[in-house]
Amino acid sequence: MSKENVLKVENVTMQFGGVIAVDNMNLEVDKGEIVSLIGPNGAGKTTAFNVITGVYAPTNGAVYYKGNKIIQNYPQGKMKKLYRGENPMTYTGQHAVAPTPDKITRLGIARTFQNIRLFKSQTVFENILIAKHMLRTSNIFTATFRLNGKEEARMRRESEELLHLMELDDVRDELATSLPYGKQRHLEIARALATKPELLLLDEPAAGMNPQETLELTQFIGRIRDEFGLTIFMIEHHMDLVMEISDRIYVLDFGKPIAEGTPEEIRNNPRVIEAYLGGAQNE
Amino acid sequence: MSTKKKNAWNVGLIAALLILLFLLEQTLPSSSMLFTVLKKGAIYALVAVSMNLLNGFTGLFSLGQAGFMLLGAYTYAILTIPMESRNSVYQYFDGGIIQFTLPIPVALIAGGIAAAVFAYLIGLPVLRLKSDYLAIATLGFAEIIRAVFQWDKLGPVTNGSNLLRNFPSFRSVVFPFVVAGICIALIVMLINSTYGRAFKAIRDDEIAAEAMGINLAHHKRLAFVISSFFAGISGGLLAMYQTTIQASMFKSAMTYEILLIVVIGGIGSVTGSCISSFLFIACSEWWLRFLDNENLYIGGFHVPFLRPGFRKVVFAVVIMAVVLFYRQGIMGTKEFSVEGIADFFKRKFSGKKEKKGGVSHE
Ligand SMILES: Nc1ncnc2c1ncn2[C@@H]1O[C@H](COP(=O)(O)OP(=O)(O)OP(=O)(O)O)[C@@H](O)[C@H]1O
Ligand SMILES: [Mg+2]
Repeated sequence: MSKENVLKVENVTMQFGGVIAVDNMNLEVDKGEIVSLIGPNGAGKTTAFNVITGVYAPTNGAVYYKGNKIIQNYPQGKMKKLYRGENPMTYTGQHAVAPTPDKITRLGIARTFQNIRLFKSQTVFENILIAKHMLRTSNIFTATFRLNGKEEARMRRESEELLHLMELDDVRDELATSLPYGKQRHLEIARALATKPELLLLDEPAAGMNPQETLELTQFIGRIRDEFGLTIFMIEHHMDLVMEISDRIYVLDFGKPIAEGTPEEIRNNPRVIEAYLGGAQNE
Repeated sequence: MSTKKKNAWNVGLIAALLILLFLLEQTLPSSSMLFTVLKKGAIYALVAVSMNLLNGFTGLFSLGQAGFMLLGAYTYAILTIPMESRNSVYQYFDGGIIQFTLPIPVALIAGGIAAAVFAYLIGLPVLRLKSDYLAIATLGFAEIIRAVFQWDKLGPVTNGSNLLRNFPSFRSVVFPFVVAGICIALIVMLINSTYGRAFKAIRDDEIAAEAMGINLAHHKRLAFVISSFFAGISGGLLAMYQTTIQASMFKSAMTYEILLIVVIGGIGSVTGSCISSFLFIACSEWWLRFLDNENLYIGGFHVPFLRPGFRKVVFAVVIMAVVLFYRQGIMGTKEFSVEGIADFFKRKFSGKKEKKGGVSHE
């Protein structure tokens, strides 16, 4: 099978004031892969996600989605002087491309959040239904006057299907925030899937889960990858999960990718053991 | 209860209400305070619901309501003053420059559109601001509008700081009820549509909403424009109710009154806003009037403290009490519905005391 690139991060540096959170990151994710990003706390993993999803414009660098450049920036304004990262001139003078997060989502990249962000006054079902809004063809008049009955019915049907798939049927009408932690994480994934993404970014999907739940999640992630033809890029601390389902792993330390490879390669990489795995075992 | 049955109930209730209003008007003297309260209450209900759409359902804390009502009121008045009255109304400005009149419904809608256009224009810069700044900016906008409309140079259109009068008004209480009712129904339909869901998502969590592909700038602007449109219509109705208008009426105190109605009714509840609007107007115009009466005797006892303005003090205390102890207001984010009442009675008669879960805030 020939490799089809889905996500490519090129020389991305994210500098906050004087702090470099992501330092000249380069990585690629191919279609159908499950790729993990690991690294100690504060390594810049979430920041990398925030750059890819348009929450922050990178200080420098570019991001490609399915071969198209979707994000690009170079040190401008007061960053011109402050910038301490690499390749300061590579992108200078080219157009800055800085889409808002909703545009990125509409391109087909969906995400979940490390610190769960559900719509707190809405039920489980409504949380999923809201994500269907971006796929509408109705405008505000046709929607208000219910001339979009077919579309509305479709949105609801598809949301019910996701609800079922994520095994959330029994809590359909509960408030999202009243669910136990593990279920909330499931709901966040369901909500992301409702936007019909091709690339799914998961930020610590197993955080706060017990070993049994983590095991179920591992199988579940594999299943949705196959069922929805997804490409998955995820941040995770649970090494069992990462080693079990990842096709490839990137290791980040102080904002810099220090290693890349299959789970086997990463497990035996001395730099990784020193920077991360060793530390993790001592915790 | 099925949707069809529910709708049938609602239609029945509305029809019954209108018939009741009609009968009241046939029997009670038209000077009765009840009609004042019903008319003004309906108008305030509309503007309160429009404010709730923005503050309660989209989470945008805007305080421009009085300004948008002014725009609606002036547009309505200017477009409907009969030709033969223009010379006397615009006596200092040679009869003004607008020399045509429009039918009442068209002028009311034009008032809404005028407010919506201004909202669209100021929306782009203002809606980028975070909560408190947005409130200050919209409040400032309302004050500027009020000042501009009193400006002499615009006199040929706005009549400067002079009164606008002689435009058509309504006599029956049914008219404001029907207009406000239609507008509120439209707002409710919007809130229950996919756009309304997007608004609520923005209110709950902007970052998550954006990650779900919801364009924040676009949707905030939509909510702002629509809310202003209905504030404009309520301004037109207010002009009809008052029979004369002047820019100086539309002070920020008016916005605070509306905010109060929204807060007392429950931020995020349409029926709450409606109920509290009538209660508020009834209290301020009628039930609490006695507090302003210095010479009130109950069985020979002279009630102390009462003097003109004391009503306002009592009001202030009520507001503080609501904010301190009863923050959810009358309805919280819940709605008053036929179904809810049916449930209530069912529970009562089957003897089950348990409350069904459904409190939808923290
Ligand atoms: N908006 C911001 N402003 C300033 N500094 C930031 C900002 N966001 C992140 N940082 C800094 O960037 C660094 C990386 O943070 P990030 O959240 O990306 O780490 P992480 O790898 O996701 O860690 P964790 O495993 O704890 O989630 C941290 O030092 C953090 O303080
Ligand atoms: Mg993180």
